[in-house]
Amino acid sequence: MGAEGSIAVAWNHRHLIDLDAVTWPEIELIMRTTDEMKGVLARPIRRVPALNGRRVTMLFYEASTRTRVSFETAARNLSADVVSIATATSSVTKGESLVDTIRTLEALGAEILVMRHSVSGAPYLAADIFGGHVLNGGDGWHAHPTQALLDLYTMREHLPDGDLHGRKVAIVGDILHSRVARSNIWSLTAAGADLWLCGPATLLRGFDRWAAAWSGGAIPGHGRFNVTSDIDAALRDADVVMALRIQRERMQGGLLPSLREYAARFGLNAERVALAKPEAIVMHPGPMNEGVEIAPDVAVSGRAVITEQVANGVAVRMALLYLLAGVHETARTGESIR
Amino acid sequence: MTDRQIMTGEEIRRAIVRISHEIVEKQAGTQGLALVGIQRRGVPLARRIADAIEEHEGAHLPVGALDITFYRDDLSLVAQQPIVKGTDLPFDLNGATVVLVDDVLYTGRTIRCAMDALIDFGRPRAIRLAVLIDRGHRELPIRADHVGKNVPTSREELVHVHVAEIDGSDEVSIARKLRSSDPATAGS
Repeated sequence: MGAEGSIAVAWNHRHLIDLDAVTWPEIELIMRTTDEMKGVLARPIRRVPALNGRRVTMLFYEASTRTRVSFETAARNLSADVVSIATATSSVTKGESLVDTIRTLEALGAEILVMRHSVSGAPYLAADIFGGHVLNGGDGWHAHPTQALLDLYTMREHLPDGDLHGRKVAIVGDILHSRVARSNIWSLTAAGADLWLCGPATLLRGFDRWAAAWSGGAIPGHGRFNVTSDIDAALRDADVVMALRIQRERMQGGLLPSLREYAARFGLNAERVALAKPEAIVMHPGPMNEGVEIAPDVAVSGRAVITEQVANGVAVRMALLYLLAGVHETARTGESIR
Repeated sequence: MTDRQIMTGEEIRRAIVRISHEIVEKQAGTQGLALVGIQRRGVPLARRIADAIEEHEGAHLPVGALDITFYRDDLSLVAQQPIVKGTDLPFDLNGATVVLVDDVLYTGRTIRCAMDALIDFGRPRAIRLAVLIDRGHRELPIRADHVGKNVPTSREELVHVHVAEIDGSDEVSIARKLRSSDPATAGS
């Protein structure tokens, strides 16, 4: 088609496992493609034939409703054939079994593997052995790139000119166990946001060293971020406030005294959210523990964009499926990847 | 690669004016007419046709833009996913006579995609096709209702349509491909 297509940045990644491998211009390409997918979702027929006949396999080793349904909806909206593997037989936690499963799925015709696994790094193993594409739907504590991208997209929709430069984003909660926070660090520091991670010190372990290492500009293209247990400092004048889920199972490790104490000290209630800018948005990746990390009245307030996040998730995942699917064909037809 | 001019800006202008008259004549008026340009260069051409119709008929026709990227049947053949440029159809297609506008008609595959895309938005009473250049080599049973200029070409040639809105000037030229794998196949 036109020459302008070759000037713009092209998508060359066969897999998407985390955002550390993605440049800012590539993230902007994802955002632009997501715009188009939102346009498709606004049509009377919410389906285009872009991935007609392509096979998308959902391999979820961990409980998930919204992410799995979101990916399935996205794949169907692109006319792909979707196969969902019934979740998590408990025996499948060893690398060997994962390898066998993936080889089997490939033999059955899987081309794009959307994968969720409780072991951090499992998708890298999958990418090593799978001949198609691996799209990470969340692995352990490591990464959840599509969540971070839909968060970024939703923030851009609410900020003037979609620009996060210098905008204060506070992520509050269980940072330590959060793949959402980790992936958001990559995208939000690349976007130039003033990122604050906030939670009890026990749930921030190691992040202060990470933040200190980055403050010297150690990672090109990524800005510094702040780590604090001072919730008021994190929320003051924030443009975006994001609560993370407190997982009940974490209490057993002695990292938190009680959910009530967490709610009292770090829960997002109306009084705390008032510290943020008047136009600030409140986000949550779901599922919510209302009354723990977020008060029910905050979750349904006019500032909450939690259902928008869910809707944008479908469009972001359509964009990624579309972009990844193009690279596979490049490899197959033997044309050079620039 | 040598470019040979086959239409000047003035010739493009006359072709647009003639097509605008043909469209109105075929419809016996402007009632129910809408123009839809195919991204990218079909879009400014559709606007120009609408402007010409407004000038001689006094009727303001709705103009839309259609991106057919998600409908292409050659996604497996291109080096990367093409950049999507946006669809905007600010009117109700149901019952309308839609004139698709594109710069070059070649294999017909773009037009097939465009018809698929259009029908996902509604049920037009009729779909017609206006192109600035028809260069032949159809691979599908598709023909244009309104043609600016028929240009016999070989498959080894490229047709470049330049429009002022995108390229800074109006001109159509023809050139030989450097090699058969050259990806810059305008109007394919």
